[in-house]
Order: sequence, then C-alpha cells, then structure tokens
Amino acid sequence: MKILVCISKAPETTTKIAFTDGDTKFDENGVKYIVNPYDEWYALVRGLELKEANGGTVTTVTVGTSEDDATIRKALAIGADDAVRIDAKAEDAYQVATEIANYAKKEGFDLVLLGKETIDYNGSQVGGMLAEHLDLPFISLASKLDVDGSTATLDKEIVGGVQTVETNLPLVVSCAKGMAEQRIPNMRGIMAARSKPLKVVEASNPNKNTSFEKYALPAPKSEVKLIDPEDMDQLVELLHNEAKVI
Amino acid sequence: MSVLVYINSNGEKIAKNALEAVNYGKKIGEVTVVTNGKASDSSLAELGKYGASKVLIDRSFEGIDEQQVTRMVATAVESTGAETIIFSNDLVGKAVAPRLSVKINAGLVAGATAVPESNGTIAVNVFSGKAFGYVKVNTDKRIISLLPNSIQVEEVGGEASVEEFSGNAGESVITIKDTKMPEGDIPLPEAELVVSAGRGLKGPENWGIVEDLAKELGAATACSRPVADTGWRPHHEHVGQTGVAIRPNLYIAAGISGAIQHLAGVNGSKVIVVINTDEEAPFFKAADYGVVGDAFEVLPRLTEAVKKFKASN
Ligand SMILES: Cc1cc2nc3c(=O)[nH]c(=O)nc-3n(C[C@H](O)[C@H](O)[C@H](O)COP(=O)(O)OP(=O)(O)OC[C@H]3O[C@@H](n4cnc5c(N)ncnc54)[C@H](O)[C@@H]3O)c2cc1C
Ligand SMILES: Nc1ncnc2c1ncn2[C@@H]1O[C@H](COP(=O)(O)O)[C@@H](O)[C@H]1O
Repeated sequence: MKILVCISKAPETTTKIAFTDGDTKFDENGVKYIVNPYDEWYALVRGLELKEANGGTVTTVTVGTSEDDATIRKALAIGADDAVRIDAKAEDAYQVATEIANYAKKEGFDLVLLGKETIDYNGSQVGGMLAEHLDLPFISLASKLDVDGSTATLDKEIVGGVQTVETNLPLVVSCAKGMAEQRIPNMRGIMAARSKPLKVVEASNPNKNTSFEKYALPAPKSEVKLIDPEDMDQLVELLHNEAKVI
Repeated sequence: MSVLVYINSNGEKIAKNALEAVNYGKKIGEVTVVTNGKASDSSLAELGKYGASKVLIDRSFEGIDEQQVTRMVATAVESTGAETIIFSNDLVGKAVAPRLSVKINAGLVAGATAVPESNGTIAVNVFSGKAFGYVKVNTDKRIISLLPNSIQVEEVGGEASVEEFSGNAGESVITIKDTKMPEGDIPLPEAELVVSAGRGLKGPENWGIVEDLAKELGAATACSRPVADTGWRPHHEHVGQTGVAIRPNLYIAAGISGAIQHLAGVNGSKVIVVINTDEEAPFFKAADYGVVGDAFEVLPRLTEAVKKFKASN
C-alpha cells in the first residue's frame, strides 16, 4: 500500500501571538515551529501502523520552504520512509491542495492522510480540496481507520455521535483524536532520518484564491469578578441578571 | 446580490446553525436555500422567517455523502447564478465547502465570525482563537462558511417558496455501517451551556458533582486533555487546541488550571466561570466570574443554588 501523509508545520502551542508590518504579518520573531500535532500524532502514526501491518511505504509531503526541513526531518525520525517538499511558501489552502494534488496524481497513492486542521490557520480546508482535485471520496474527522485489501472502514465524527462507514481505496482521510497514539522518536530514528531521502520538487504555482489582509488581537478581558465561595446564589443571580446566560 | 445557502435538513428539526447560515446570507443578499433529504415542505417554508426567499429541495438522496452534496450545491450555484455561497462551518460544511471551492473555483473563507467588512474582507479566527484574521477572496465567486454561534438568530421575514430540485447528485460510494448516538447527551459542539472539569477533580469517581450541575443546568459536560488521556472521561469531551473547540454561552470550568492549549478551545465562550483552589491559576485571567474555592464544596453548592433559582422562576 502506498500511503501519502500531508505534513505541515505550526507554531509551538504556547507561542505568544503577535503581528508586525501594521498588523499584516504574523510576527515570527523567536517562534519555534513543531509538526502540526494532528499531522504528527494521528495521520503519520496511523499511516505507519498500517504500513507495519500491511506492508507498503509512507511518504510525507509538505508545501513549504527550506525553513520547513527541520519539521520534515522530525516526521522522518518518527518513521516515514521518505519525504517530498514542494518548494513554495504555503499561503493559501487552495494553493497547497493544488500543489499536493499535482504531485499525488503523478505518483498515484492508495491512501492520502491529513491532519484534522492546522492549529495556526485552523482552516480544515486542504483535505476536501485535495479530494475534489483527485475526484476521490474524503472522510473527514476520522477517529479510526482500518484497511482490508482495497476496502477501508472508518469511524467518523457526525453531529451528536459517531458513524462507521465503508468505502474503497484510493481515499483521502483527515485524522482526528482516537486514530493513533503519539510516538516519540528515539535516537535510532533521529539518526536514520538524517540519511533518508528528502526530495525537493518544483512548485506548479497555482492561483491563491484567498489572502490574509490584516490581523487583530481580541480585546483584553475585563477584570474577573470574584464571588464568595459560600455564596453561590449570588453567582446564579449574576449569571441570570447580568450575564443573561441562564 | 444572489446568495445560495446550503443547509443540512436531515434531522427532525432544522438545527440552529442552519438558521444562523440563512440569517447570515440574508445580511448579504437575496437568499435561496438548497438542501436534500426528507424535511417537510412546511418546515422548509418556515425558513422564510429567517430570511430565505426560496428553498430548493432535492429528495433523491437522504445522506450527507459530501461528494453528492457537493454536486448538488454546484448544480444549484449554476441554476441560481449565485455569487456568494454560504455554509455553516459544522462537520458537513467542513467537508463540503472545500470540495465545492475546487469544483466551482471559488475562494473559501472558512470559519467566518462576522459579516463582510466594508472593504470586502471577512473576519475568521486564527491561531486557535488567539487572534482574528481578515480574509480577502481573489475569485469572482466566494464561499463563506460561518462559525456556529457567531451571530444572533433573528426573525426577519415570512414564508419561503419551496421547489423540488434535481441536483444531479450521482451515486454514493460510501456505505454507512453503523451510527452511534449517545442517548440523552447534549452534543458538545452544539451545547449552549457547558460544565467542564480537570485534574483538580482527582479521579473519575468524583465526576458525579460535575454531572449533577450539568443536569440541573441542562448543560453538556467537557474536560481537559489529561483527563481524557488518562481515561477518566471519554475522548469526545476533551476541549482545547487538540480537542474540540467550543463557543457556548456559558463555560464553567472547575479544577482546570487554564493552560494556553486549553484556553484555545474555549476562549470563544461568551461567559466563563472558573472554580479553582489556587487564586493564581492562569484561568482566572480569562474568566468573567471567578470562585476561589474547593470544587468539591463549590460545585454541589452551585447545583443547589441553580435548583433554588429554577424553583422560584
Ligand atoms: C501540544 C499540546 C497540546 C495540548 N492540547 C490541550 C488541549 O487541547 N486541551 C487541554 O485541556 N490541554 C491541552 N494540553 C495540555 C495543557 O498544557 C495542560 O497540561 C492541561 O490543560 C492541564 O489540565 P488540567 O488543568 O486539568 O490539570 P492541571 O494543570 O493539573 O490543573 C489542575 C488545576 O486544578 C486545581 N485544583 C486542584 N484541586 C482543586 C480542587 N479541589 N478544587 C478546585 N480546583 C482544584 C489546581 O489548582 C490546578 O489549577 C496540551 C499540551 C500540549 C503540549
Ligand atoms: N503546507 C502544507 N503542506 C502539506 N500539508 C499541509 C500544508 N498545510 C496543511 N496541510 C495538511 O492539511 C491539513 C489541514 O490543514 P488546513 O486546511 O490548513 O487546516 C493539515 O493537517 C495537513 O495535514
């Protein structure tokens, strides 16, 4: 089975968010990048488990610049066989999905795994766009994925519950919690990652359908109102009359 | 301007986030709604109240196979000439809107939190709710998916006309094997009131006081990540950056420290109440109301107070 896992980088989760250039750019000063947690913990690890059970290969793909190579090496250290970087700065979901689709069409994959969303722009867009480009079914927010021959069985989140669905490969899946457990790379993996192939391919530079023009930080919360722990009637009264939420 | 709104009408009752999407569309232009399934004509006509002029219903398929829904909406875009297409950014919207974006080459604004600004840009949450970004669409047509709970639903009109519609949805390649809906629970992403607890509760055997309060309020229950990871509570209750992001009217957090990754999933809540023994807990900085106290005493007391309040109102 040929598996492709889409890997993106994201600012470390405790990053303080600030903007520069008249609030038109994310301030990357001192920001540490990690592999987007959903891509690493769920998509990549499940891909590796399926490979371990059924044989095959796991390739990662990233649309990014050489600045992304460190996060790509981390994915290789966890166990991917090889990596591809499509050489362009990722700025728009349509751009990213189109680049990955062009690459995936050429190579042909049985399974394409993505994270549920990137934790910086939180779009949840790339998976659906990629599936439409490839004219494949897309199972979003899957918490379980098993493959038997050419049949895939998945659990996916639906409003108010979970649905088990079945469909045929090839398939695009976005991965959420439950799919797999985080794997910490060991020393051997880290050493091996240094010599694994990281191929850089030229971008096809499609249109960018959207752009971020400006950013803003939310207004700071006003001071917390402290309530006497003995007097919960007062809290209920405030929630009813002042906050008007009950 | 001609606006097309997709709603999922397969439930027994049309969901609040669908009404929000219709309402939002009305703020932009003349609204046609497209949907599929078995909703009754009269319940669809009711969408007029929220701003729809016309409802197109495709009764040839019931499911929410995203490829089928995408084809149907694309057909409706064609037949109505809509320039703006609206979805709710719910589970269906998240899977269909990106597909449609490629199919009809329309830029997608995912998770809009407000109506378009006068310069045409649209606000979305970025960095897990820690900031806003303003998105410009560079294509002629645009798709907006609206973050649930971002606008107040208003009644603005009368009845909508309802027309049968053939969306050329094609066949589904997905077979549904099983659907599990936990009985009696309020689904977390839709809940208006949420009671949540963290490691401060010490163990799963102590969750009774959390559930009692939730039951009294008619609230859903949630938890911090370590609580779900250690199996004290089911995974779907985990809120935060790597769990579910929620925007209820009221979020009550007991025994949760308020780590930045936790806040990322709940900072869209309208009102936050924090109960913690440690007055230095970071969560108090994000709270509207704070109770410095022991959750084991405060939660039951709060449940009693709610009971009393309900009895006298
Ligand atoms: C990449 C990454 C992603 C993460 N994603 C998430 C996420 O999505 N969601 C999430 O929640 N966390 C997430 N975390 C974990 C997060 O950093 C915190 O570790 C976690 O939120 C802490 O959970 P907690 O508040 O329940 O526990 P603790 O931090 O242990 O806090 C317990 C609190 O309970 C209080 N307390 C103790 N006894 C009582 C009592 N009797 N009554 C009242 N209060 C009491 C304490 O004062 C303390 O403030 C993530 C971490 C990382 C690194
Ligand atoms: N620049 C990128 N390169 C490769 N994959 C990406 C990139 N951006 C996003 N993805 C993948 O698409 C998923 C959803 O991203 P998003 O649509 O941005 O929320 C992520 O979890 C990744 O798996």
